[in-house]
Amino acid sequence: MSPSEQLTIDRGAPVIAGVAVGTEAGERGARRSLRAQVARLERELCAIVADGFPHIGAGSPAWASTGPSLLGLEQLEQLRDQLAGRVQDMRRRAQERAEHELRAQELLERMKLEPGRYKFVRLPVTELGQRGCGVWEVRPRFGLIGMLAGWWELKLSSGCPLARGSRASATPATAPARGMPAVR
Amino acid sequence: MSRTPPAPEAAGPAGAFRPAPGWCAPEVAQELPGLRLLAAEAQVRRGGSLTGDSPPDIRERLRELSNRMRGATAVAVRRQPVPAAYRVFFRHIGLDPDAVRTPMEAAVLERMLRGGFLSGGLLADVLLVALLDTGVPVWALDAESVEGSLGIRPSGERERLGRSREAPELPGGRLVVADGSAPLAVLFGGLAPGHEPVANTRRLTLFAVQVAGVPELYAEEALWNCRAALELP
Repeated sequence: MSPSEQLTIDRGAPVIAGVAVGTEAGERGARRSLRAQVARLERELCAIVADGFPHIGAGSPAWASTGPSLLGLEQLEQLRDQLAGRVQDMRRRAQERAEHELRAQELLERMKLEPGRYKFVRLPVTELGQRGCGVWEVRPRFGLIGMLAGWWELKLSSGCPLARGSRASATPATAPARGMPAVR
Repeated sequence: MSRTPPAPEAAGPAGAFRPAPGWCAPEVAQELPGLRLLAAEAQVRRGGSLTGDSPPDIRERLRELSNRMRGATAVAVRRQPVPAAYRVFFRHIGLDPDAVRTPMEAAVLERMLRGGFLSGGLLADVLLVALLDTGVPVWALDAESVEGSLGIRPSGERERLGRSREAPELPGGRLVVADGSAPLAVLFGGLAPGHEPVANTRRLTLFAVQVAGVPELYAEEALWNCRAALELP
C-alpha cells in the first residue's frame, strides 16, 4: 500500500464513535503535515526562482485554481505531489544553469590566458550569471595592425546603452555645452 | 521612510489603535491556524470623492513607492517574509499564487507593466499604499451595509455573495468574509455587489486578513495607515 493510500480515509465508512474520533484526529494531523510540506516546497520554489532570475522563470501554474476553500486530504496530497514535481524540475534547471555558468567562467579564464586562441569570441556577462549588458570579447589590439601582427586582447564592453540615448543626443538642443553648436 | 501623516485622533502611542478581531468559523480556525481577520471603522474626512483624484500627499507617496519598487524587487518580493506567508497561505486554500497573484505581487507586477503605481482614486490609493508599506492587504466595505462583526467562514450551498438583487450565487465551501447574515467578499477576491464603497461613502469598514507567519503588528499598521490617511481632514 502506498503512503498516499495509507493516508486516504473513507469518510463514508461506518465507524465506532471512539474510532471515528481517532480517525478524525489522525486525518487532521495528516492534513497539517501536508500543509507543512507544501509550505516548505513553496519556500524552496520561491528561492530557486528568485536566485535564478532572469534565467529561471516561475513556470506555468501547476494547480487549476477554483477558488479559496478548505482542502481535503486528497487535494492536499495532490497539491504536494504537484509542487514536489515542480520543485524537482526547477532544481534540475537551476543545476543546468549553474553548470552552464561554470563552463562560461572556465572559457573566460582560457580567453584571458590565451586570447590568440579565441579570436573574436564574444562572451556576454549574463552567461557568467552576472547582470548587465557587458560582453567580453577577444579583439585585435590597434585594429588591423594587431590582427596582422597577432596582438590579441580580451576586452569588456562598456555596458548597457544609456536610457536617454548617447550623450550627444541627450544634451538639450537649447543649451549647447561649452559653446558647441547644438546637435540637431 | 516617510509615512502618510496621521489624523490627530489616530496619532499617539502605537498601542492606542486596536482593530476589532473578527471571528473565524471553527472548522476554518482548526484547519488554518494563524488566519485572522482584523477590522476597523474609518470616517472619511478628506474632501472630495473616494473615487476621485487623490490629494497631493498620497500621489507623492505613490511616486516614492514607484521609485522604490523596481524590476529586481518584483522577483525578490516573493522571498520577503510577509509576501511569502501569503503565497504559502494561497497554496493552503487551493489558489496557485503564480496564477492568482497575492495582493502584494499583483500590485508590484502592475507597477512593472504600467511603469509606476498610477493613481486609481483616493480609496484605491490609500489601500495600495498600506499594502506596499506593510505587505498586508486591506479591503474596504461601505459600513452602512455591514450587519454585525466580520469573520471568515465557508459559504453554504446556493448562498449568495451579498444581499443585493444581483448578488451572484456562490459554490458551497468557498471561503468568504461574512457579516452576521451574508457573505460580503470572497476571501482574497472581489467584494459583493452593493457593498463596495461608492464615491460619496463617508463611513467605511476596513478589514485586513492576517495569515500564519504575518506579525499582528503588520496587520494593525496596515489598517492604521488606511484610517489615518482617510481621516486626515
